Amino acid sequence: MDRHRAAVTGGARVRTALLLLVPVGFFGVFFAYPIGSILGRGLAPGGSVDLTPLTHVFSDPGLRGIAWFTLWQAAVSTVLTLAVALPGAYVLARYEFPGKRIVRALVTVPFVLPTVVVGSAFLALGFQPSLGAILLAHVFFNYAVVVRTVGGLWSHLDPHQEEAARVLGASRRRTWWSVTLPALRPALVAAATITFLFTFTSFGVILVLGGPTRSTLETEIYRQTTQTLNLPLAAALSIVQLVAVVALLVGTGRAEGRRATALGLRPSAEVARRPRTARDRAVVGANLVVMAALLGTPVAVLVARSFDTPGGAGFGFYRALGSVRAGSVLFVPPTDAIRNSLVYALVATAIAVTVGGLAAVAAARTRRRVVDGLLSLPLGVSAVTLGFGFLIALDTPPLDLRTSPWLVPIAQALVAIPFVVRIVGSVLRSIDPRLREAAATLGAGPARVWREVDLPIVTRAASVAAAFAFAISLGEFGATTFIARPNHPTLPIMIFRLLGQPGAQNFGAAMAASTILMALTLVAVLGIDRFRVGELGTF
Amino acid sequence: MHRLARLLVALSVAVAVTAAVPGAGASTRSRAKSDVTITLVTHDSFSVSKHVLGDFTRQTGVKVKVLPAGDAGAALNQVILTKGAPIGDLLFGVDNTFLSRALQAGIFETYRSPRLSAVPAAYQLDPKHRVTPVDHGDVCVEYDKQWFAQHHVPVPTALDDLTKPAYQDLLVAENPATSSPGLAFQLATIAHFGTKQWRAYWSKLRANGVEIVNDWNTAYESSFTAGGGNGTKPLVVSYASDPAAAVYYANPPKPTVSPVGTLLSSCFRQIEFVGVLEGTSHAKEARRLVDFMIEREFQADLPLQMFVYPVRDGTPLPAVFEKYAQVVAKPLTLSPTVIGARRDRWIEQWTDTVLR
Repeated sequence: MDRHRAAVTGGARVRTALLLLVPVGFFGVFFAYPIGSILGRGLAPGGSVDLTPLTHVFSDPGLRGIAWFTLWQAAVSTVLTLAVALPGAYVLARYEFPGKRIVRALVTVPFVLPTVVVGSAFLALGFQPSLGAILLAHVFFNYAVVVRTVGGLWSHLDPHQEEAARVLGASRRRTWWSVTLPALRPALVAAATITFLFTFTSFGVILVLGGPTRSTLETEIYRQTTQTLNLPLAAALSIVQLVAVVALLVGTGRAEGRRATALGLRPSAEVARRPRTARDRAVVGANLVVMAALLGTPVAVLVARSFDTPGGAGFGFYRALGSVRAGSVLFVPPTDAIRNSLVYALVATAIAVTVGGLAAVAAARTRRRVVDGLLSLPLGVSAVTLGFGFLIALDTPPLDLRTSPWLVPIAQALVAIPFVVRIVGSVLRSIDPRLREAAATLGAGPARVWREVDLPIVTRAASVAAAFAFAISLGEFGATTFIARPNHPTLPIMIFRLLGQPGAQNFGAAMAASTILMALTLVAVLGIDRFRVGELGTF
Repeated sequence: MHRLARLLVALSVAVAVTAAVPGAGASTRSRAKSDVTITLVTHDSFSVSKHVLGDFTRQTGVKVKVLPAGDAGAALNQVILTKGAPIGDLLFGVDNTFLSRALQAGIFETYRSPRLSAVPAAYQLDPKHRVTPVDHGDVCVEYDKQWFAQHHVPVPTALDDLTKPAYQDLLVAENPATSSPGLAFQLATIAHFGTKQWRAYWSKLRANGVEIVNDWNTAYESSFTAGGGNGTKPLVVSYASDPAAAVYYANPPKPTVSPVGTLLSSCFRQIEFVGVLEGTSHAKEARRLVDFMIEREFQADLPLQMFVYPVRDGTPLPAVFEKYAQVVAKPLTLSPTVIGARRDRWIEQWTDTVLR
């Protein structure tokens, strides 16, 4: 019996190791190696390691201030985002109302917008560069992270558990703290972690809405790498960034790991109900108002500007998109930029779902959070460090990818993989083991159990994750900015180029391209959300 | 099961499409033909007419791949970091504020183009000819003509005016630590007031309410009254070619008078260079492109593509430049060596004076 069990776990270990082969290989070649190379170039330029720049970061009050500001603005942004977006996630998970599907897709739109464009919309709304503007923009960008990650789980939590608690005399508050919150915990921690990492490495928002007196580690690394070429200092700052991120990931891994509850998951159609009471309607209404004000207003500014031609509202700027600078060797028609964006996003999504899906399945088997944490690192590392790392590391055939178009979807996939791992992982861990045991008792072999129990759930979670990966890739503008790229511009790059030129036509055309990007995201997310039909209930 | 099937189909379609990643097959395609392709590494603002580059290929049989690699600083630093295994054959877009770093890093091969005789010596800043000047432009204070007319305020004429009460809270400038026009304007004040007095000038500007933003785009499109948004600053640090660009890129019907004017005494000259990268295996073809870039056709194409001025003597300017942009006769300058040696310290001092 014992020997039999040992053989089983031994086989499981081999299978887990095999599953991990692809994610670990991908991560090693496209993350660890490039980052290691650029840090090595900075801290050991002559071959011997010199850590004095690292001590500067702690002794120089300016740099210390930057590190401290980076940390606390990210913490405050995360708390604010959770506070504002959790009620929204609740409403979208638990209530059924007309237009819900489109609202859920609409809240994803801000997520893909280039920060420069959003920054200009906030300034146009009368915000001055300030801490408040930074925090608000961070909530704007990360609202969707919470709604999608937490809402995804919430919409499947069996409401009977809460009802049982209420029947047994627990107050609303007690039910929330003792029943709902523990059940949501893995998704909550995941959403908080991702939001923190995004805001911790925030770049465009800080530059445009922070003004010249506010720097973060990310903006300082950018400056030291691209402007002053102080690689030792840039490497030191990157290491501080990395250490902080690793500490955070270890901490949240523990928080998540302390309780991997098997949950009674239900089809979302059974969970959601129409708002019946006045209280229900007030909750739904209030959240829709918040979404409209917070997410809708800046978006509306951009859309309005794209139609605001001198002769009145019209499609002039959309036409200009195809004609302004048409003779330039770097010009592409907007249709090509859309196609490039879609193709890159499709490739990046395929990579992210494959690599992240395998990692999530393997991670769920080990119950260790090392994989989640490791694969989340790219979110917490400076885009410029990664971009320059690619440049100096991937320079030898067959891996001379420095000017290859493949680098773009690979960089985008690195950002998307953590989402896939967390979304798929948190659902996988919530599968009631009794389901598997029941299947096994009924005579299913391990492969069949996996196929019948785990796989349908993985597939569904993977499609949610794919929507996110696709959106990330459509809007990704970090690492792709800092790698030399052949002339196949995506929509964000097209917007960026237009904004680099003076004149009303360029500016209007940039707004038109932003509006197209938003529409594209909306359609893509709606389409991928449709993949979820069937959901949990059909097996 | 059908859901799995659908996902698998979707994934395999995605993988099939990867074969069509834009340009993924480009290298094999160009190898199949006998002619050579050279790569021009440059910054994101680079542009040239398709037909002009096409003429180069027709004349020489050499194809050119343009590789934008971030802003001017990022593009240069990428080339410096890949010295030894260059990502291209030439680098265009190093300007006089970054020139000494590029030369010290030894990234360029020496090449003296025979066409250089048509380029005034004032632009030839490297006596060893590791780089060749291609274009020049000027960073100046620009003003919104309509605003000054409506508010009955005289247009400023000198840098000193900007510290006067009449111009309080009217100017937006960029942070030299993050913006190339920002740095150029700081250098203008150093060239004008001298290394001893420039900080005092900035203290006065600060007291007079100068707004500092991190990038040109925010300054021009969000803060400037004649930019894209509802800005409140009628004075902005930008380029002397803006008056021409503002007409050229205006929404039709095009205005007959440019909405933007230039404070001519505030201008700092920027010169952009091209150089053949050390370690290229296509030195001959790359040199030919350097020649081409200072020939008449390429030079005449520059103004409307990048809104800069040609360096070649006697190159005709487009009508929109002749009519609306003012030529900066006496720009402020500093030698690249001096800039290279003191840039970082100057930026730190500026930060102490203006931001802290």
